[in-house]
Amino acid sequence: MSGAAYNTGHSTIDRVLADFDAKKPAALARAVSIMENHRAGFEKLASALHPRLGHARRIGITGPPGAGKSTITTQLVRSWREAGLTVGVIAVDPTSPFTGGALLGDRIRMEEVALDPGVFIRSMATRGSLGGLASATRDVCDVLDAFGMDVILIETVGVGQSELDVARTADTTLVVLVPESGDSIQTLKAGVMEIADIFTVNKADRPGADRLRNDLELMLGLRPGATGGHEAAGHHGVDLRSLAPEEKEALRDAMNPARAARKAASSEEPDRWTPPVLRTIAAQKEGISDLIDAITRHHGYLDRSGELQARRRERMRERVREAVELKVHQRLWKDEPTVQWLEDRLPELEAGALAPFHAADALLARSGPLLTGTNMDAES
Amino acid sequence: MSRPIRVLVAKPGLDGHDRGAKVVAAALRDAGMEVIYTGLHQTPEMIASAAVQEDVDVVGLSILSGAHMTLFPRVHDLLVEAGRDDILLTGGGIIPKEDMAALEARGIGKLFGPGTSTQDLVDFIRAWFAEHKAQEA
Repeated sequence: MSGAAYNTGHSTIDRVLADFDAKKPAALARAVSIMENHRAGFEKLASALHPRLGHARRIGITGPPGAGKSTITTQLVRSWREAGLTVGVIAVDPTSPFTGGALLGDRIRMEEVALDPGVFIRSMATRGSLGGLASATRDVCDVLDAFGMDVILIETVGVGQSELDVARTADTTLVVLVPESGDSIQTLKAGVMEIADIFTVNKADRPGADRLRNDLELMLGLRPGATGGHEAAGHHGVDLRSLAPEEKEALRDAMNPARAARKAASSEEPDRWTPPVLRTIAAQKEGISDLIDAITRHHGYLDRSGELQARRRERMRERVREAVELKVHQRLWKDEPTVQWLEDRLPELEAGALAPFHAADALLARSGPLLTGTNMDAES
Repeated sequence: MSRPIRVLVAKPGLDGHDRGAKVVAAALRDAGMEVIYTGLHQTPEMIASAAVQEDVDVVGLSILSGAHMTLFPRVHDLLVEAGRDDILLTGGGIIPKEDMAALEARGIGKLFGPGTSTQDLVDFIRAWFAEHKAQEA
């Protein structure tokens, strides 16, 4: 019963798992911490949770600071709760590179849903780990998924590569922009265009919202293959009245990529996903149902096209690769004789008699037994 | 491996003066801690639920309304109920010395009054963490 019991003894993971099965929030929270910090026993925990993965829909929300991500998150959570779904939220905020500290304030705007027992909110700091954030976030997602959450929302500030990587760990990525983001296509440079499955222009009652939407749709319409191969763009002087209605449509699409993108994005069961560009005023709950609808349609598309399975496979492949790298690293460099072996080679290396790559080959050649050993529970 | 100390800073009750809470939150962040700040007007239930979900080591409450003899024990009880009696519940505000002593006797604190240096707070939390959580790796 006592949470303090999680902290002591070898049975920690068993106790966490037992309470996890009993659906105790404290056990879920501790499981998240164990995975996030790679605390003692995290491998055992991850392995125990693995068979339970695959139920949750994972949705990433990203965008510039102040775009309204937390407010949109709260409204999405409310809608899903009304539909009877349980929701986990991971809110990622930056760690100071100078002090290692972080101020995590996303809960302030999620107050509305804070006391709902069907909602679990967890704040995560980026901790400045290069490339490690995405894997840490994915691990935390896995814990929430194994706990039985129906939907998991991952909210990140959309600046920088690590945040884009985080977004990529989701099944569906929502990019939130505001009219102010759009005075140029500035915001769209850093890979945002490629990762977004859905755009929304939030605070859409402000000036410039329609212009930004149109700019986005234009960019989407100009992507390679986006207009479905209509080559009619150069038909100057065509008399529209002489064309059949469907020809007229095709021509209009070809001449107006934004219109084509808008049309493609509104298709119920598309063969190829075109990100819709929606408008929301999250603080007034406007446009949220359209957003939910787009997320549902995207999930349906992922399912039908086989892309969901492909994305999950990719996650799994990545997971194993990371685990291999972690284990190799630990087994080699925590092994005293191996470290000493390298020390002994340094004079030769310095004298130019041995090349670093040859030393690496030799080191691996002598490390066979070390690499094939198993030490599931001894990891720290 | 060492991990950052996680602290929930919350402002329960009806008074709307959060300057102190924000100063403390910023100071703890600058001391390398991960601070979850939940804003004004939090109920004890919200605070306890957030503390559990965030798996914090420390909960710090700022109370200037005079309701400390109700709010601190209530949050304490809810944390125990949730199985998290290992969390350090501390805080500060306008709290008479005899009330601080009474709360401390119930396992709450220590509590800090106006004029406390943020460094004292940081030192107190670090010392507590080193004593109670260092063994968990």
